[in-house]
Amino acid sequence: MGERITIDPITRIEGHLRIEVEVEGGKVKNAWSSGQMFRGIETILQGRDPRDAPLFVQRSCGVCTYVHYLSSVRAVEAAVGVKIPDNARIVRNLLHGAQYQHDHIIHFYHLHALDWVDIVSALKADPAKTAALSDNVSNAPWGGAAYFKQVQQRLQTFVDSGQLGPVNNAYWGHPAYKLPPEANLMAASHYIEALRLQAKAARMHAIFGGKNPHLQTLVTGGITSVRDILSPDRIAEFQNIWKMTQDFVKNVYIPDLLAVASFYKDWGAIGGTGNFLVWGDFPESDKEPDSCFMPPGIIMKRNIKDVKAPDQANVTEDVTRAWYEKGAALHPSKGETKPQHGDYKPDDGKYSWSKAPRYNGEPCEVGPLARVLVAYAKGKKEIKDVVDSTLKKLDIPVEALFSTLGRTAARGLETVVIGDAMGGWIGQLVENVKSGNTKTYTPWKMPDKAMGYGLNDVPRGALGHWIKIEDKKIKNYQYVVPSTWNLGPKCEKGKPSPVEEALVGTPVADPKRPLEILRTVHSFDPCIACGVHVIDPDSNQVYKIRVV
Amino acid sequence: MDREKKFYERLEQRGVSRRSFMKYCTFLTATMGLSSSFVPKVAEVFAAPAQRPPVVWLHLGECTGCSEAFLRSSYPFPDNLVLDILSVEYHETIMAAAGHQAEENLHAAVEKYKGKFVCVVEGAVATAHDGAYGKIGNRTFLEIAKDVCPKAAAVICMGTCSSYGGVQAAKPNPGGYKGVGDALGMKTLNIPGCPPNPVNLVGTIVNYLLLGKLPVLDDTGRPQFAYGKTIHDQCPRRSHFENEEFVTEFGSEEAAMGYCLYKVGCKGPETFNNCPVAKFNDGTSWPVEGGHPCIGCSEPDFWDKMTPFYEET
Repeated sequence: MGERITIDPITRIEGHLRIEVEVEGGKVKNAWSSGQMFRGIETILQGRDPRDAPLFVQRSCGVCTYVHYLSSVRAVEAAVGVKIPDNARIVRNLLHGAQYQHDHIIHFYHLHALDWVDIVSALKADPAKTAALSDNVSNAPWGGAAYFKQVQQRLQTFVDSGQLGPVNNAYWGHPAYKLPPEANLMAASHYIEALRLQAKAARMHAIFGGKNPHLQTLVTGGITSVRDILSPDRIAEFQNIWKMTQDFVKNVYIPDLLAVASFYKDWGAIGGTGNFLVWGDFPESDKEPDSCFMPPGIIMKRNIKDVKAPDQANVTEDVTRAWYEKGAALHPSKGETKPQHGDYKPDDGKYSWSKAPRYNGEPCEVGPLARVLVAYAKGKKEIKDVVDSTLKKLDIPVEALFSTLGRTAARGLETVVIGDAMGGWIGQLVENVKSGNTKTYTPWKMPDKAMGYGLNDVPRGALGHWIKIEDKKIKNYQYVVPSTWNLGPKCEKGKPSPVEEALVGTPVADPKRPLEILRTVHSFDPCIACGVHVIDPDSNQVYKIRVV
Repeated sequence: MDREKKFYERLEQRGVSRRSFMKYCTFLTATMGLSSSFVPKVAEVFAAPAQRPPVVWLHLGECTGCSEAFLRSSYPFPDNLVLDILSVEYHETIMAAAGHQAEENLHAAVEKYKGKFVCVVEGAVATAHDGAYGKIGNRTFLEIAKDVCPKAAAVICMGTCSSYGGVQAAKPNPGGYKGVGDALGMKTLNIPGCPPNPVNLVGTIVNYLLLGKLPVLDDTGRPQFAYGKTIHDQCPRRSHFENEEFVTEFGSEEAAMGYCLYKVGCKGPETFNNCPVAKFNDGTSWPVEGGHPCIGCSEPDFWDKMTPFYEET
């Protein structure tokens, strides 16, 4: 029996996550992922007005703000049978694209970077050499020895104050940090720049969404921000911020990603999983999912030569190892949940508030890597181009994508591709408005009884919301979210969740400072408030589900 | 003077002009309801204090939207808040340390700064089954809050969840979630909103640093400078209400004309907040400007009291 290591709390994520691993011979042999909070939003939704559901469920998460709002409103629209106008579809895609840009930048710099970047080492850097490095690898609008000297002094002043705050007591100086001081200083500077950039980028959401976090302009049937799309100033403002953000992605984020990755190529063989699920997103017409800019698909056992169309009917959630009363693994539309709090028993009992979603009984990784693999395998040109050029630049084989490094790289690469597509969508919006098509909403009537679901692919992965309406009220509501797929517990058959699978084989140099564990866990961009939720008791009736 | 000069030099190096900084201080001073004579003093608060005031930020039953809102502060930018103005001793979303080391930071800060730190709480406290529905480092939210909050100089509840319970406390409240004041039986300063405008947190902190005390609160613990008037009384669409010019259906001509949203459920008349004046994301917009009714997100129990959202009250 190896040594047990527990990391609780996992910081730099959303929510409360506990990770336990068993280490033997310097490597992880087994891992357990445990969601540590239960809120019960689905129970709370019962009996309420279906139109209110999107506003409630958006509060599942403020880091992945907007996405549950979007998926939920689509589920209600599918149930009541309303088709939204073209402008509403475009604006929703633009808000979603802005969320990708914002979320992935924050993840790379503020949630993930400190796993690879040693801030303390940055204090030893030569600012002139840092400037030379920066000129060589990046097109950042800031640079020069004076700039890096000033950043370094600011960090030094901070350290000298003795109040180390957020950088206190971390794994600085750990042997797994590989960057030279200059690369650390460059990355630290961009950490600070990105902190400012994200505050500005979030203004895209405010323009068409009223505010960020937690937007407030989607309604069942369309969007309400009609005055904002009728105002050329507003569209131009959106376009400017989009461009500024995309410039950052291309000139700073991607070069930083490549620069850091070049020192950590060994992580192209660590942290991989086998199965990948994508519902697809960014519909470019009302034909879904065929028109999705990011295509749907399912890949099993890394076989990228065989991408199948996913079917939501194959999804079940298992509660054998989660703190709920025992029951059969059920499809979300029939799911039942009875919370049963108890002791934490990773070895043979229950150990998480998160359920274990499975596709045909198999765990599946969802998120940027899944999307990039599916799009790559389907030969989508935009994705193929960036993936191939990245593999070439780093001089690594395509198999290296199945890894922690591949997951982190995929997140950056899809940001480029989706961000670029937004430019075209802005153009379509302008054309519509110019030609007098200003429709943003389709009137509809609430049926007495209905069912529907909304499938999306959001920054953290495949997301589905299911709703059942009776007497014009919510009878049952259920969502299966990316972090439940990626960070759930084992299932009845003992199959590990993607993060539990990915952690096996991870080297751990110092069990007291398990930096390497954080790398793989953070590469999934965990969001635990999203991942843990409750499904309500329902009968075993089989429902006809209206296809979105 | 020399210190001030250096301060502005540093600001400019960071791309913030003296003019825009003073503009911000003026805006903040006005938001806080202080006279313009306070503007230079507000500026001074940001002028690199020798000892940055310690802040311990707890995450309980929440969605991290309030932390995200804090990170959207545009004057001062979040890097200024974190590196130059405050000493954020514990904040799970941004801190580098994890696991045992993170817990050590919390314990050390609470002991070192006992009675002196500001505790910002995001999220509600699960109380059902002795708090079993929420744990960090094997301690329940309830245990953590009971341990940390009473040791703080002030407890600021950021958002509706820590203030009043929030979305997880909506009926039937499966986890027995409560606001911090209610769960611990103590007085807290509440900055409700889902999430709140960061300017109201910054304004509160500046008030504290500047005057050495918390701002004047209303009977639900909210600072009056931000929550003293209703949305309705400050709404730019108010004249449409008076003229009985209402939106009765989204997507209508009336919606495009920017008429009053009262008949599609706007809760502005019952909601106290400064959204129409402060607006969100560097003054870019707010829900009513985006054509959507106010949902009353800064009022206690709004998830029950203000729903259904799209029905006239």
